[in-house]
Amino acid sequence: MTDAMQSDTDEVFREIRALLEAHNANRIEIGEDTDLSADLNIDSVAAMDLLMNIEDRFEIDIPLNLVGELRSVRDLAEVVRAQLKDG
Amino acid sequence: MDILDKYDLIAKRHSSLLEVGNDPFAVRMDRVLSATEALVNGRRTILAGTNNYLGLTFDPECIAAGVEAMQSQGTGTTGSRIANGTYAMHRALEQAIASFLKRRRAIVFSTGYQANLGMLSGLAGPHDVIYMDADSHASIYDGVRLSGAKIIRFRHNDAADLDRRLARSEDEGACKLIVVEGIYSMLGDKAPMKELAEVKRRHGAYLLVDEAHSLGVLGEHGRGAAEEAGVEEDADFVVGTFSKSLGAIGGFGAGNHPKLDVLRFNARAYMYTASCSPSTVATVSTALERMQASPELQKKLWSNANTLYRALIELGYEICSPASPILAVRLKDEATAVWVWNRLLQSGVYVNLALPPGTPNGACLLRCSLSAAHTDDQIEEIRRHFAAIMQDLPLADEEATAGRARA
Repeated sequence: MTDAMQSDTDEVFREIRALLEAHNANRIEIGEDTDLSADLNIDSVAAMDLLMNIEDRFEIDIPLNLVGELRSVRDLAEVVRAQLKDG
Repeated sequence: MDILDKYDLIAKRHSSLLEVGNDPFAVRMDRVLSATEALVNGRRTILAGTNNYLGLTFDPECIAAGVEAMQSQGTGTTGSRIANGTYAMHRALEQAIASFLKRRRAIVFSTGYQANLGMLSGLAGPHDVIYMDADSHASIYDGVRLSGAKIIRFRHNDAADLDRRLARSEDEGACKLIVVEGIYSMLGDKAPMKELAEVKRRHGAYLLVDEAHSLGVLGEHGRGAAEEAGVEEDADFVVGTFSKSLGAIGGFGAGNHPKLDVLRFNARAYMYTASCSPSTVATVSTALERMQASPELQKKLWSNANTLYRALIELGYEICSPASPILAVRLKDEATAVWVWNRLLQSGVYVNLALPPGTPNGACLLRCSLSAAHTDDQIEEIRRHFAAIMQDLPLADEEATAGRARA
C-alpha cells in the first residue's frame, strides 16, 4: 500500500487535508509528506489561523509549545491524534 | 550558506518597499519639536503615530524633574535592581504605581517589553497552563514561551472560545493564567473585560491584564480597561508601560498577591538588566502625578480620537474598530498601504505602517494614534491630507501595478 493510500483510510488525515485545501493555491496533491511551509507556503501567521481551525474542527487544543515542531502534514496529523487521545 | 541567508525573502520584500519611497521602518526624526511635531526629511511633520496618548513628553514639570534627577543622581544606575540599581526613587515609584492602581504591590521593570517577559515567565511555570488571546503583543508571546508553561491560544476577544478551552482542559495544570490586553495595539479594539472576568471566575483561573495602551486612556481614573468595565477585583495582575501615556520608558507589574515580591528574585527580565535611569524614574513619577491631576487630558484625547474617527469614516476609509485613540485604517493591499503611507509622510503627517505578519488577519494598516496634545488645527490638517489622498486612491492602484511590473 502506498503512503497516500494508507493516509486516505485515516479520518484525521482526510479532515486535515480538507482544511489545508484553503491554502493549496497551486493545487498540489496533499500527502502526509507535504511540507506546510515549502509546499503550501503556510507562513508562521497563516499556520496560527490554520491551527485554530483544526482545533475547532476536532474540539482539541494544540498547545503553542508544539507548533515549532510541525513541518509536514504527517506532523500535524500526529499532533491531532495525540491530542484526541489525551482529551 | 551564509548565516543571514534565512532572511533573504523578507529582505527582498523590504527592498521592494524602498522602491516606493521612504523606508517605513527606518524613519529618522531629525529633530523632535514637541509631543506632536518633528522635523522629518527637512519638513515639519505632525506626529500621529507615537502612542504619546497624553502628550506628556514635553511637559515642563516632567522635564524639570528629569533634569534635577540627572543632576543630583547621575546619568544611569549602571546596575540591576538586585545589585546596585535600586534607588529610593525606584521604590517610591513602585509605591506610587501601587497606590494609583489601588494594588498592594508593584514592581518596576526597565521596559514594558521586559515587564511582560518578567511577569509572565515569573508567574507561570512548566506545570501551569496559560490561556492567551491570539492577537497578543510580541512581548506576551515571548514571555509565555519563556515560562515553560503549556500555552493555549484562544480566538481574539472571544470569551466563549476561552470558556470552551478552559472547560476542555479543566483537569490540566497546577494553575491556570489568562492573559489579555486592555486595548490591542494594532487594531485599537478593547477586550470584553466583563465577559472575560466572568469566565475567569467560573474556572478559578488567574487573570493578567496588560494595560499598556489603556493606562491613562480608559477608566474614570485612567487605570485602564479593567477599571472601565468595573472588574478590577478580577484582574489579579496588571502589567503596564511607561512609554506611552507616561511619556518615558520602563514598565511595571502590579497586583494584590501577598507573595508577588518573590518575582524580584525569580524573574530574569527584572534581575539581569540595568534598572531605569534616575531621570527616567523622575519623569515617570511626575507624569503619574500629572496624569492623576489632569483628567482633562483623557477627555481631550478621546475628543481628538472621536473627531478623527468620524472624519475618516466620512471620507470613506475603513477603520478596524470603534473609535479609540488607536485608529487602524485598513487598506486593500500592501502596495496601497505603502503608497498612502508615503503620501502622508510627504504631506507632513507621520503614522505607523503595519503589515503582515505583524498584523492580525493579514491586514495592511495605517495605524494612527492620537494624543491629548494634538490641537484641533492639527486634527483638521491630518483629515485634510487623508481627504486629498482619498481623491487619488485610484492612482495608487496604477502605481502599484507599475511597481509590480518593475519588480
